[in-house]
Amino acid sequence: MSALTVPTTGPLALAKPLQPINWKQPIALTALTVLVLGLLTALTTTGAKSVIAFDTGLTSLGRPTLTVPTRATVVVLGLLALLVTAYSWWATATRRKKGAWVPIVAGTLLVAAFLVWAVGGKGQPLQFTALLSGALFLSVPLVFGALSGCVCEHVGVINVSIEGQLLAGAFLAGVIGSATGNAWLGLICAPLAGALIGALLALFAVRYWVDHIIVGVVLNVLVTGLTSYLFSTVMQTNSGTFMRSVSLPKVSLPLLSQIPVLGPILFRQNVLTYIMFIAVVALQVYLFRSRWGLRMRACGEHPKAADTVGIKVNRTRIRNTILGGAIAGLGGAYFTVAAGLAFGKEMSAGRGYIALAAMILGGWKPKGAIAAALLFGFADNLQGALGVVGVAIPSQFMLMAPYLVTIFAVAGIVGKVRPPAQEGTAYKE
Amino acid sequence: MSQTAGTADKARRDWRATLRQIAQSSPLTVVLAIVVALVVSAILIAAADSEVQRTAGNLLSQPGDFFAAVGSKVGRAYSALFQGAVVNFSGGNAAGFFKPLTNTVSYSVPLIFAGLGLGIGFRAGLFNIGGQGQIIFGAILCGYAGFAWHLPAGLHLIVCVVLAFLGGAAWGFIPGILRAKTGANEVIVTIMLNSIAAYFLGWILTQTAFKKEGSNNPVSPVVDASARFPALGGTRANLGFILALLAALGVWWIMERSTLGFSIRAVGANPDAARTAGLSVATATVWTMVLAGGLAGLAATSQLLSTSSQQLNAGIAGSYGVDAITVALLGRSKSGGIVAAGLLFGGLKAGGYLMQATTNTPIDVILVLQSVIVLLIAAPPLVRSIFRLPDDDRAKKKAIKKALRATRTEVAA
Repeated sequence: MSALTVPTTGPLALAKPLQPINWKQPIALTALTVLVLGLLTALTTTGAKSVIAFDTGLTSLGRPTLTVPTRATVVVLGLLALLVTAYSWWATATRRKKGAWVPIVAGTLLVAAFLVWAVGGKGQPLQFTALLSGALFLSVPLVFGALSGCVCEHVGVINVSIEGQLLAGAFLAGVIGSATGNAWLGLICAPLAGALIGALLALFAVRYWVDHIIVGVVLNVLVTGLTSYLFSTVMQTNSGTFMRSVSLPKVSLPLLSQIPVLGPILFRQNVLTYIMFIAVVALQVYLFRSRWGLRMRACGEHPKAADTVGIKVNRTRIRNTILGGAIAGLGGAYFTVAAGLAFGKEMSAGRGYIALAAMILGGWKPKGAIAAALLFGFADNLQGALGVVGVAIPSQFMLMAPYLVTIFAVAGIVGKVRPPAQEGTAYKE
Repeated sequence: MSQTAGTADKARRDWRATLRQIAQSSPLTVVLAIVVALVVSAILIAAADSEVQRTAGNLLSQPGDFFAAVGSKVGRAYSALFQGAVVNFSGGNAAGFFKPLTNTVSYSVPLIFAGLGLGIGFRAGLFNIGGQGQIIFGAILCGYAGFAWHLPAGLHLIVCVVLAFLGGAAWGFIPGILRAKTGANEVIVTIMLNSIAAYFLGWILTQTAFKKEGSNNPVSPVVDASARFPALGGTRANLGFILALLAALGVWWIMERSTLGFSIRAVGANPDAARTAGLSVATATVWTMVLAGGLAGLAATSQLLSTSSQQLNAGIAGSYGVDAITVALLGRSKSGGIVAAGLLFGGLKAGGYLMQATTNTPIDVILVLQSVIVLLIAAPPLVRSIFRLPDDDRAKKKAIKKALRATRTEVAA
């Protein structure tokens, strides 16, 4: 028997047939870099200066501004991006494994070049710190939604009802927060609403084997209908009780918030943002380094095998789907108690679907999800920041950019990401 | 003697089998799902009523008042829903009597078009959330041809309808080709394309070619009268409905009778098997998305070429993209089912508006009604357990046991 096995190492090893090289990434990066570099350099007026303002977070340093010549900076940033592109060519040609950092760094450099170009020759400085800290805050519901998706999909349940879970969380947080006048109580109740929707998803998808995507979409409609109905009736007639706005505090972490530039961006945030940091780290470890995570992923990858070693597949699926719902529900608190607003009809406005996209773009991993969510949050915040400066590009095109990037990314630049093998399938014990 | 007893026994068995069949058949599931949904909505309607809330305070001392209040509120709301959707008893003449029905028909048209499109996608195993974007692109082309080109009546209408189809088809082609060539997940691509289409529409409405002159709002000029669907017999319903029925027929023919439909269904059932059998999965995928997009694009015609808005605005696609998903699901992705589901949801919408106007019940409750119906229809075992109907599996097991016992007695004899 052993004589028949082919040695995989040593002199007798047969050469494995090589996969054809996938040139998509270097080609796409080259095209993008050359396009951006050429366009921006050509469109810059000679002698224009770009002003970028930083909030250092230290009273002694104040808010210094950096003034740079626009064209030279754009060229330098573009050349750096070209350098990354060159690495991508080399790594592809030598069949090396390229990290996810390659497109991220190249993209960041190009975005930076674009920003420098956009504020070039304008009187107003670009508020760098505010741009990034605002982007981080806007990405909070997307991150929670994407985390919820990660938890559910690794256990084998497709969670399209993130949108509904966010909305339910926003609703309950807003109502409880307003009725009690205590934003913290609202924050605590938000996950309960999300968990309830998660439980419904589990009931139909796991217990009754209904197609997961169908349940998800329909639950979204259900939550939209339910919350809008209650908003138009009970809430509006008792607006004094249910429609007051309460707000979670913004907290500056001692010491950390004193780090120049980085401190004001990362550590002068709403309480919910800190919870998000903890959730991302905890889930990244929990999913890929813990026994629970291993069991979860077993249920998503190969439920039969999981069942054979004694894991209760459907019980694991139900519990984790509820947990996922709770995570998205917590993210829903962003819209009401974290943003300091009363609940409004359909206030999640499709963020749940964007969160789903962020999860896929992030390769079904918490750390990838936060990166993708930040991209969307950044684009969302960018139009406001550039509007202040007075940039002539129609805001709609700026807003489109991250969605276009996502399409390019899923079409192959980022590389193939793989969903859990058995997601969306019912396990019949 | 024994023979008559045997016949009676057999008749009873037949009757019980028939009853069981009805209990397990899907039409009963549909009816029961609708009943449950109506009960859930009735609870919501009653709970939000101030009179009900007031009498609930004295529930123990005067329970009669409470139930009277609930009954009156729910009764009025549902009677308005019915009269707004089906027939108006105080309508006077025949036209007034059947006016609600024509409203229902006109509301159902975009749902049927978009639902047909999404249904094709489902049958190919593609989850197309992009109805919204496809409707928007259909609307942009259709609307532009409608107000910018001044063609003779008839031809103008045809051109607009064709462009609506092409606009949606083009927007559906993108996720189709990306899926076929790069394996890009169509769910994510269509979500992204929805947002892109919405922003594009927002931008194009600020351009001089599209903006209505002298208007501060981002709306386009009104579509020419020559491009509008003629009304059917002076009612709100128009030629669009006939077109929707024809589209349903066409989709039925494509899916059930044509080679393309066969390959679409084969790919949906099992892409690997389809590939092994020599079908091109890529071609089927692209065609599916093109057809789906085109049909969704046609949904725009009912907005632009009929009585409702007749001009492009940011909300032209409404929420039809998502509504159509539930329509396609309820119709089980089949042409006939989608037409029926579209009519049901159109009726709920038409009735919902009257209910909102006359009984102060927000139309949002209709969304609850719709989603509960679809959820329950998708889970027949749940409906059976709610109504304590015999279980499908248990009935089968019983039948097998009985057959075994019968064989055993026969062998023994």
